[in-house]
Amino acid sequence: MSEASPTAAIRAAPVPPGPLNQADFPSSPVVRFGADQALRLDSGRQIENLQIAYQTYGELNSARSNAILICHALTGDQHVASTNPVTGKPGWWDLMVGPGRPIDTDRYYVICSNVVGGCMGTTGPASTNPATDKPYGLDLPVVTVRDMVRAQAMLLDHLGIDTLFSVAGGSLGGMQVLQWAAAYPERVFSALPIASGARHSSQNIAFHEVGRQAVMADPEWRGGKYYLYGTSPRKGLAVARMAAHITYLSDSALHRKFGRNLQDRDRPTFGFDADFQIESYLRHQGATFVDRFDANSYLYVTRAMDYFDLAADHGGRLANAFLGSKTRLCVVSFTSDWLFPTSESKAVVRALNAAGASVSFVEIETDRGHDAFLLDEPELFDAVRGFLTSAGRARGLL
Amino acid sequence: MNAPLASFPASTRVDLLAVAELVAPGSRVLDVGCGDGQLLKLLEETRGVDGRGVEIGQKNVNECVARGLSVIQGDADTDLVDYPDDAFDYVILSQTLQATHRPREVLEQLLRIGRKAIVSFPNFGHWRMRRLLLFTGRMPVTRSLPYSWYDTPNIHFCTIRDFVELCREIGARIEKATALRADGSRLAFNAPMWAWNLLGQQAVFLLSR
Repeated sequence: MSEASPTAAIRAAPVPPGPLNQADFPSSPVVRFGADQALRLDSGRQIENLQIAYQTYGELNSARSNAILICHALTGDQHVASTNPVTGKPGWWDLMVGPGRPIDTDRYYVICSNVVGGCMGTTGPASTNPATDKPYGLDLPVVTVRDMVRAQAMLLDHLGIDTLFSVAGGSLGGMQVLQWAAAYPERVFSALPIASGARHSSQNIAFHEVGRQAVMADPEWRGGKYYLYGTSPRKGLAVARMAAHITYLSDSALHRKFGRNLQDRDRPTFGFDADFQIESYLRHQGATFVDRFDANSYLYVTRAMDYFDLAADHGGRLANAFLGSKTRLCVVSFTSDWLFPTSESKAVVRALNAAGASVSFVEIETDRGHDAFLLDEPELFDAVRGFLTSAGRARGLL
Repeated sequence: MNAPLASFPASTRVDLLAVAELVAPGSRVLDVGCGDGQLLKLLEETRGVDGRGVEIGQKNVNECVARGLSVIQGDADTDLVDYPDDAFDYVILSQTLQATHRPREVLEQLLRIGRKAIVSFPNFGHWRMRRLLLFTGRMPVTRSLPYSWYDTPNIHFCTIRDFVELCREIGARIEKATALRADGSRLAFNAPMWAWNLLGQQAVFLLSR
């Protein structure tokens, strides 16, 4: 919760902070692909001189068979298990990934790359367009989850990794995991889609549209060219984040945490200041988010999620996406997640069953909503550890 | 993986052994109501099967996944419809039939999903049950079925005779059957039905369409 006045933090800053510097010069290894290795996109367009920023943890074994690719969520990045260079906070999946953690970096070689369209060093709207020497802005072609995964496959080719021992991720990360399993079954030994689904629902698209409209309604957005004016649509992006943040939590968790409690006051002010703790909390979430994320990236990455529909890509039948797949999957959902409810995970499980794939499915009881996949959930850790250990035995790693 | 059958651990439950013996090595198996995965593990280790499980209890599912089994959380009464026809060589319902809401529909689903179905269940016609009911006038509570009537998960008890009748009604063919006494010994296959129904504490049936 915010100690500083949240309204102050939402005020527009004259110079875009950290993220925009990270876009071209990230604090992590990068691969730059030549013009001859353009990333072909679902839209029919392509990105030349693709840059991918990534992080690795642990050691690749001599057989190159112990690599796990982590796919990050909407506002995540490649800094899974090490200090984030922008926020100074621990990596976003620090609880899951590391020495002795469920995704054990003493055993596995963990790779995570920033998604295409992101703002932490992989080519995105804030990156410099080599053709103009200015930030792409909206000149960057719209990307899809398939495009993100195609770029990751290029990174793995570059790293000399033919087959992944596993690919894991939550939310948008889980979509990428499913896309990996569908598009490259022979390159994926096991897969862990968490709090995810094979498509974005109408309600999910609706929430994203609210967020995008908030960004674009901010005059400082300037048609997506705000970089050139040294500004950014901070207010719009903060509102987008506030709305989205509600969808990551559950009603009961919000009520448990905040109830109708007032923020630093004994009675309502009969005004529109943040009287309630929940208001103050959301304003703080919005305010801190704009310091680490690029507004145009928010448009691109939410769009990619909206376009995701694995069944539609396979003749309208989800099972077709996994026919003949040898990949072992472990699907995980959370009881209070209403953004990617258990029914969406069950649809994936049904399809995998219908395709005869090897699938486990765990629904974890929690009231923490969609965000549970990022939090300290012992049952999640046990399931991931158990699944990877058995897959590791089958793979001859353990 | 494909250890010889002789390697069944000595402590293995006799009813699980009776089920496992009916499964051909290397086959595809779905265990409906797989509990903590004991039978699936046994089948993988001694029969080299490609095994899957469905289990309603989340703690059990998590335990199974942690043991490396492919198990999904699901309900035998509602989730079997999701599986395609002939998806498995065997679909097993081990000590679960009596806990389903609609045993008849579940049994029909087993025979649709699997080429063969293996069903094991406690026999409510066993002489101990009959004696308890006759002399105490109350619902039997025994060591193997320790629940009171009001908190039991077992809502659809049947006798061996009842089960055979249900098989006839849905047109299931009984290929093999075993009845186990309380001490785990088996009744002769050619023993008369009344003897099975009276002396068998549990029964295991191999069915086909």
